[in-house]
Amino acid sequence: MPGSGQADPPSVREGDFLREVIAATAGDSRLGCCIQCGTCGGSCPSAADMDHTPRMLFAMIRAGLRGEVLRSTTPWMCVSCYFCAVRCPQEVHIPDVMYAVKAIATREGVMPDSTAPDFSRTFVSNIHRYGRSYEVGLAAKHYIRHYPLRLPGMAPMGIAMVTKGRMGFAPHRIRGVAGLRAILARAEELERDGATREVPA
Amino acid sequence: MSATFLYYPGCSMDGSARAYASSLEVVCRVLGIDLHEIDDWNCCGASEYVSLSQAKAHALVGRNLALAEQQRNGSSTLVAPCSLCYVNLAKTDHYMRKDRGLAASVNAALEAGGLAYTPGAVKVRHLFEVIVEEIGLDAVHAAVTRPLAGLTVAPYLGCLVTRPDYDGRWASKEHPVAFDRLLASLGAEVVDFPLRTDCCGGHMTQISPDTGFELIRRLVDAADRLGADMLVTLCPMCQMNVDAYQGEMNRHFHTHHHMPILFFTQLMGLAFGATASELGFGSEVVSARHALGRIGIEVPVAEPPPDATDGPPVRPRREKKPQGLPMPVMPDETEAVR
Amino acid sequence: MSASNLPAQPDGARERIGVYVCHCGSNIAATVDVEAVRDWSAEHLGDRGVVVARDYKFMCASTGQELIEQDIKELGLTRVVVAACSPHMHEKTFRGACRRAGLNPYLCELVSIREQDSWVHTDRTAATAKAEAIVAGGVYRVAHSEALEPFRVPIDPATLVVGGGIAGISAALEIADAGFPVHLVEREPSIGGHMAQFDKTFPTLDCAACILTPRMVTAGMHQNITLHTWSEVTDVAGYVGNFTVTIKHRARYVDTALCTGCGICQEKCPSKVVDTRYEAGLGYRKGVYTPFPQAVPKYPVIDVENCIYFEKGTCGACKKLCPTGAIDFDQKDEEVTVKVGNIIIATGFELFDARRVEQYGYGRMPNVFTSLEFERMSNAAGPTAGRIVLRDGVTEPKAVGIVHCVGSRDRNYNNYCSAICCMQSLKFAHLVREHTDATVYEFYIDIRAPGKAFDEFYQRVMEEGSVFVRGRVAAISDTVRLPDEEAHQGRLIVSVEDTLAGVQRRIPVDMVILSSGLEPATDAQEVARRFGITCSADGWVIERHPKLDPVATMTEGVFAAGCALGPRDIPASVANGAAAAARVLARIQEGELALEPIRATVDQERCSGCRICNDLCPYSAIVYHGWEQVSEVNPALCQGCGVCIAACPAGAISGSGFSDVQILSQIDGLLTALGGAPPGPAVEEREAVPA
Repeated sequence: MPGSGQADPPSVREGDFLREVIAATAGDSRLGCCIQCGTCGGSCPSAADMDHTPRMLFAMIRAGLRGEVLRSTTPWMCVSCYFCAVRCPQEVHIPDVMYAVKAIATREGVMPDSTAPDFSRTFVSNIHRYGRSYEVGLAAKHYIRHYPLRLPGMAPMGIAMVTKGRMGFAPHRIRGVAGLRAILARAEELERDGATREVPA
Repeated sequence: MSATFLYYPGCSMDGSARAYASSLEVVCRVLGIDLHEIDDWNCCGASEYVSLSQAKAHALVGRNLALAEQQRNGSSTLVAPCSLCYVNLAKTDHYMRKDRGLAASVNAALEAGGLAYTPGAVKVRHLFEVIVEEIGLDAVHAAVTRPLAGLTVAPYLGCLVTRPDYDGRWASKEHPVAFDRLLASLGAEVVDFPLRTDCCGGHMTQISPDTGFELIRRLVDAADRLGADMLVTLCPMCQMNVDAYQGEMNRHFHTHHHMPILFFTQLMGLAFGATASELGFGSEVVSARHALGRIGIEVPVAEPPPDATDGPPVRPRREKKPQGLPMPVMPDETEAVR
Repeated sequence: MSASNLPAQPDGARERIGVYVCHCGSNIAATVDVEAVRDWSAEHLGDRGVVVARDYKFMCASTGQELIEQDIKELGLTRVVVAACSPHMHEKTFRGACRRAGLNPYLCELVSIREQDSWVHTDRTAATAKAEAIVAGGVYRVAHSEALEPFRVPIDPATLVVGGGIAGISAALEIADAGFPVHLVEREPSIGGHMAQFDKTFPTLDCAACILTPRMVTAGMHQNITLHTWSEVTDVAGYVGNFTVTIKHRARYVDTALCTGCGICQEKCPSKVVDTRYEAGLGYRKGVYTPFPQAVPKYPVIDVENCIYFEKGTCGACKKLCPTGAIDFDQKDEEVTVKVGNIIIATGFELFDARRVEQYGYGRMPNVFTSLEFERMSNAAGPTAGRIVLRDGVTEPKAVGIVHCVGSRDRNYNNYCSAICCMQSLKFAHLVREHTDATVYEFYIDIRAPGKAFDEFYQRVMEEGSVFVRGRVAAISDTVRLPDEEAHQGRLIVSVEDTLAGVQRRIPVDMVILSSGLEPATDAQEVARRFGITCSADGWVIERHPKLDPVATMTEGVFAAGCALGPRDIPASVANGAAAAARVLARIQEGELALEPIRATVDQERCSGCRICNDLCPYSAIVYHGWEQVSEVNPALCQGCGVCIAACPAGAISGSGFSDVQILSQIDGLLTALGGAPPGPAVEEREAVPA
């Protein structure tokens, strides 16, 4: 703890979580340079539905509020529109930071109160199976599971999609699906090894 | 004249965006564009894979880039018609160029599938950019045989073509005018659509429908107010969201919008003289039949025209400012190509 | 104090050298064994000419200096090495001591055993050995030093001031009042600069025109000031004390000898154009115009691009109606040449082009204004006669949003803080509240109000009821979005995160004022090149020292003041102008200037005329004689930096005080003392090898 004079346990060193997020973000995120101006929060089309504005999330990352950050719906509500990224006066790579936080939360099984992680998982399992995605079928599946009450209203759309030939019944399977699985398995191994490495100070 | 590119169609070209695929075929034929589809490409991961694992997300895209590098044949430009696919491919290439550690780990993963990718080996471009820059508006205009006079369109690019724009190709990331110019070159009347690069909600229609519906509402509401007959887009995700979910959105907000959304290639095809059925017209959920009928184009699938009371509210156009203080002097229009 | 007794001077040593090792209290002595260095020098450097070696507590004290002076006189020293602090600190001190004792000051070498030794080491033995090596280097080197004489240049008493804003006017008046001539050059038809556009000035709210125009008039009528308005400097030749400056007087098409400034020409001119300069695009002027009624000088100019006569050969209303026949369509641009001793650059700033921040919609949405537009609007003499209205010219706003940091503190545009925008924005809030009943929002990241009475003004604006929202504005839109915004159709909506509440807000307003940042004049780099000075990457003039020499540039005789140096407010600009004038006056009163004789010279026999050095010289001191195909260094411009010497492929350039033999000898001395034999042949042999 600050001021205790003792070596802090590694998990609570000041800035540890910030460093962890920075390390998990591709390229140079510049997250440490945020000046809390709120350009991101003002620009975000889905900010109204987030637990915290992006700016607040970054302040919480700096403050080391790891649990709260990983449980926040904020990164899951990010629509990747990149308005924040091009307007940020400090050139913080905001959407990339959101992806990094989501990936850490997923790895640790910390799930916010949102159907988003489930959607991502279903989507990804489709890719593992076929190598391609199956958007419309996936949407139907997700609605049945999470918003059954909306389905009656959506039925005409679903019928239209089928009759208009926009909704196949099964996705195309790529020939190299075995190779793809091997690639993804290797990537997972590498990532696991990387995550156990010391977070750079 | 013929221009050859590598081509990554993306999953939706085969599904919800078939109209895009068939109209693109017509456009390529007319403009002499030769698209070589990457053999055995896989899904780009949309916006989902990065939420679970960045390493796997980049490896997934890396496989496509590696295949593209292998299959280069004179052209190293990889064209994607879907904005999300475009950004995912560009992003992995960008970060592999910027971050040597990432490049090494992606290649270590690709090795397991007997593949490798040299960062920067292919140049990822959106189909729209390639048409505007490599083919050029003059060539497009020259191919027009049936100008779309009388059709009022709202150009809707969505987010990802001009943002994040890893290679800094777009001077304007929020109000680019290239799409307006392309549509104007087809003879259509183009409204100054202020939300042209706003978000359609992406996967929000799935994971948080209320959020998604609100974003869709903003777009169709703004287009309605400007008196547009339709939105025109260049992204299957934008098209799908605004088209397929418009009905549910209307129910959610108790509104009566009827705003068709079509792919720009469909309008190009029409202007080039192709038939509506060749171009996938009629597959849209929010029918464009009525709007196109007014300029004498018949859309095949029979569907009742929208109720007159449901029609778009007619709004006065924004007036030219009469007297008062002068507006700031703007730079010469021709300077801002985008 | 003590001295090592030395054996008799060995035969053959050409020079008699004294070594003086300073303790610097404990600064050096705590880490370096000073006595040991003294003894070592006496013992080992005797054959290099050292005849005396002493140590002293503080060599820089007058008693320390007297030691050196005494030895020079009594022992007949011909060279002196002082081992003490950095030359930056006391080189002048010890050279002065030598001069007083009759020794050429450039035969004294100060070597640093403090900054380069005692301060950076802890091991006493090693630090002592290093000090010995450093002294040896100095001794080897000083034997090859040459007596140098400062380069004396006479100072022409006239001064050129470039830029007629408040900084330039202030500088010109100080110098002129002291009785010396000034040429004040201004690009626009009138002096006054940006300050002439303002209504009120923060934080005291005094009227800008009321305090500025008396200064302008004084400058215009001053017997020692020659105004060159509607003019530009096209060429600068020469060097400190002796510049020859070419000034282009653009044709006014008005004979100033005949013009009375009555204004009939402006009144009758049928050509009306938007005035993008003085009115910031918010108002109009005529084809023949003075920018504002109090212009100095009072003579108008004809803008040929917007003159019907020049476009079509017809009209000529001004000429027909001028009561004194002062309109002269046949006037031509003229060039005049003036001689000046010093130059003050006060070229000011330009407003950041707010169109670049496209999400703020300036130029797209009529009711988004820039700060300069608002200055003109709030000015009683401006296009709306001081009424705060929307672009339609009639509607008073009910809510006004003021956006801070537009183009400043933003890596996409300018990384720096523009310094004046917070206070200017607070002033705007006050003015809006004073003239209207509007609600005023200040959208800020941080309020930066560090000046005298600045924070008090901030508090006053808060007390007046302006609303402060801490958040950088994300976007401004004219599209209503939410159903409850229906009532705001046609207004502007400011999207912002209220960061203190942690929520996104969409605030409807009628008018937005963008507090745009300051940028250097668009041709700042070109101006810098013309005057031989340097700009930072941002384009602001670089000071000789940012703290201790803030109005001098790296080039002798060229000073800078006001916003040319970076964003600053009116009091700072005035103070800069006065400071630059004081520096210039000191020069003028001395009559001549002694320049350091550390200079580069080109051996014209060896010079191949490749011109590599020409472009590298940061002071534009190298001239190329095309007919002989050789380069030559202008000693008055050369600052002795050595870039050309290092770059010359033919080894044709050498620097006095830093000759090759001096430097190589110093290295030999260092290496010898450290026990390693110097590699390669002895210096003297190398010296003999032609390049």
